[in-house]
Formats: sequence, structure tokens, C-alpha cells
Amino acid sequence: MLLREVEYARPATVEEAISLLGTHDGARPLAGGQTLVNVMKARAAAPDVLVDLGELTELREIGFSSDGMLEIGAMVTYAQLMGSSEVEVSRPILAEVAGTIADVQVRNRGTIGGNVCVSDPTNHLPPLLVALDATFTIRGGNGERTVSADEFFLGVYLTAVGEGELLTKVNVPPSSGAGDGFAGLTVGRHGTYVVNAAASVSGDAARIAIGCVGASPVRAEAMEEALAGSDFSEEAVRKAAEGLGSSLDPPSDVHGSGDFRRHLAEVSATRAVMQAAGRRKA
Amino acid sequence: MPGPVTSMAVSLEINGEQVELEVPTRRLLVHFIRDDLGLTGTHVGCDTGNCGACTVHLDGEPVKSCMLLAVQAEGAKITTVEGLAGDGDLTALQQAFNEHHALQCGYCTPGMLMSATALLESNPSPTEEEVRVALQGNICRCTGYVNIVDAVVAAGNTR
Repeated sequence: MLLREVEYARPATVEEAISLLGTHDGARPLAGGQTLVNVMKARAAAPDVLVDLGELTELREIGFSSDGMLEIGAMVTYAQLMGSSEVEVSRPILAEVAGTIADVQVRNRGTIGGNVCVSDPTNHLPPLLVALDATFTIRGGNGERTVSADEFFLGVYLTAVGEGELLTKVNVPPSSGAGDGFAGLTVGRHGTYVVNAAASVSGDAARIAIGCVGASPVRAEAMEEALAGSDFSEEAVRKAAEGLGSSLDPPSDVHGSGDFRRHLAEVSATRAVMQAAGRRKA
Repeated sequence: MPGPVTSMAVSLEINGEQVELEVPTRRLLVHFIRDDLGLTGTHVGCDTGNCGACTVHLDGEPVKSCMLLAVQAEGAKITTVEGLAGDGDLTALQQAFNEHHALQCGYCTPGMLMSATALLESNPSPTEEEVRVALQGNICRCTGYVNIVDAVVAAGNTR
């Protein structure tokens, strides 16, 4: 397919990338391209300048900060998450969920940074990173800032990354004995989610986020409160999920009505919390 | 730092041969392979990134060449279906496709072969389940999956 003509630059450093993004109107970063190239084909997006991040090897690293945070560069692919020993020892749920995104070819190119910056409401990683209480490091012409997951996802295709800025890293706290879970209903085995839920249970406290029910992931705060101090028996978790559906205003589409999504939200949240609670370490 | 351009020289290795060509930056890798290099074994099925008929190996990993600009492959090593075996030869996998009647119309076959070859390189004797997961990104509209999976499992067993 013939794309609209587009200017292209391949910066060698993050500073060059930020300078290009800041000085050219209509410039967009190109990460793995597994969403952007496709929407450009459909002409649903028509950036004037593509700033290819492919050469920025510093964004492809996975490591730990001095205080034990798992630091994942924005250009780390799903395949890299699946094969990372750092992810495996620290937050294996990231590898588990990355392994269910699309297919092998997409997992070889698609990146964590692209997944979260697209902020598609049906993406896997936004609700997961909200449940894991991740933070996001954004660099711009005036330096670096770090925002929480709750502040990062602002809406459909909209994040805290502003014009002339670049997401450089996603930082995930060490599990410290917490268990993590992810559940939902997909169209086909590894297809688009109709509803998904992510949970992290630490001791007797849970953090829960629901995807595909709003413009950005929705924290299930009432359910979290109801679970504080819980024994996490199936009965208790089911009870805590009651009312979650009616607190949401999900869209209706070809894959399910809003009411069906309300129901799925309670079922998915229950399953994610049960899985997370079962994986806790004492 | 070079500024943004709309045309750029791409230098890469394809099926063991070094090529360098000036291309418009908007050109997709699949069109570079098919139209600029004349390697028409790589197919365009859906053009939306779903079907996998355009799968090639980029530095040894299967990727969909319709979801990549040609300029993004600068410096890469690419293998297409033409690069799997010499003229008149078949790899064990291609032989197994023949023996198991793993194609009807053949349109998806180049992509199937590239995905399955990558699987067999990392996992020489895959189970049926592993084959099915590895081929999730490749769609066959003749619905011939059973024979395709049989062929890949059989190719693994002959190694």
C-alpha cells in the first residue's frame, strides 16, 4: 500500500530525537510501528515527520535502579519482555501478558513504549501497568519528569507525553512478595480484548484496574476497599466485585453490549484478583 | 545530525546478497522486496498486518514486512522464502509441506514457511500446540491448518 509522503529521520541519540520532535510540526516518534504504520496505511494518521527510534539502543535495555525498580526502556519489544531474566525474577506477569499480545511477528517488533503511548483502550499493558503501580519517565527539551500510571493515561490515544517529549522508560516496583494476575475475554485466542482486568495483591491489599470499559484504565477502587484485610476466599472476592459493573459506563459495540461488559468487568476482576492472591508469597 | 528527508539510501543484506538502493521513505519493506528487488515470493495478502503472507526474517526473527518501512531495515539481514533453499532444492520443511499436502492455493505458503522455519530454528522438535502458537500470525483462507501443522511437526521429527 502506498503511504502518504512522509519525512523520515533516524536520530542517533535520545537528545537528537527530542530535538527533532520539538522542532518539526507534525512529528511523531516511530517505535516498532506495529500500530503506527498500519494507521498510516489507512490514513487514519498522517504524521508529517517520522522520528525513528530504532537506533536508540539505550531505550532497548531492561535493568534495575539502585532502589530495585525494574526499569524497562520504551523500545523493549514484547519478545524481549518474554525472554528477560530481570522480568522473570521481578514481575513475571509482564512476560506472561506480553506473550498473549497478537502473534509472534508482532511480538518481535511491537514495543512497551508504543503499546502505552498509543493508549488504545483495548491494549493489554495499560491496565496491567496501572495495577502494578508503574511510573513513566518522560524526557523533553526541559529535562526529565516521572508520572504515575494514574496520571499517564489521559484518554483514548492520549497520554501525558506532550509535544516535543518522548517516553524513555517504564518503571515497575519490585513485587516484594505481591502476586499479580490478569484475566479477561478476547475475540479469538490472542485477539482484541472485550474487557480485561489486572490485579496485584500484596499481603491483604489489592490494586485492580479494568481495561476496555472507558477511555483509559479504570481503577476498581470500591472493590479494592472492600478487599482490604480480606482472606481472599473466592466468596469474599466475588462479593467485593459486586457493584463494580454498575459503577462503570462501558461502550457497546459489535463485540458486546455495555451491559455485557459490566458483567465481564466483575468476572474478569474476580479472576484476576484470585490469580494474584494465589501467587502471593508469604 | 541529518534532518528529515523523503528519500534515502537503504543498504541491507538479502538472502546473502548485499544491496543498496535509494528509496522513498514511505516505501514499505514488502514493496521494496517485491517491486524494487523483484523477489515476488513474499506475498501481500491483507495489507493490514493481520495475515502474515508477507512474513520475512529480519536479523533471524520473523516479522511482517508490510508493517515496516524499507528504511527501517537499514543494515539488517533479511531472508525471504527465496533464501530458504537453493534453486531446485527444498528444505526439510518445504519437503514436509509437499508430502503433507500443506497447501491448496499456496498464497499464504511463503509466510507459513518463514514463520515455521523460525520456530524450527529455536525449537527443533515442536509440539502441535507450539506450532499452532507460532503460526498464529499466519492466516490460511483455504482453511488448511491441519495439514500445515502436521507438516511442521513432521519436519521437526525428521531433524
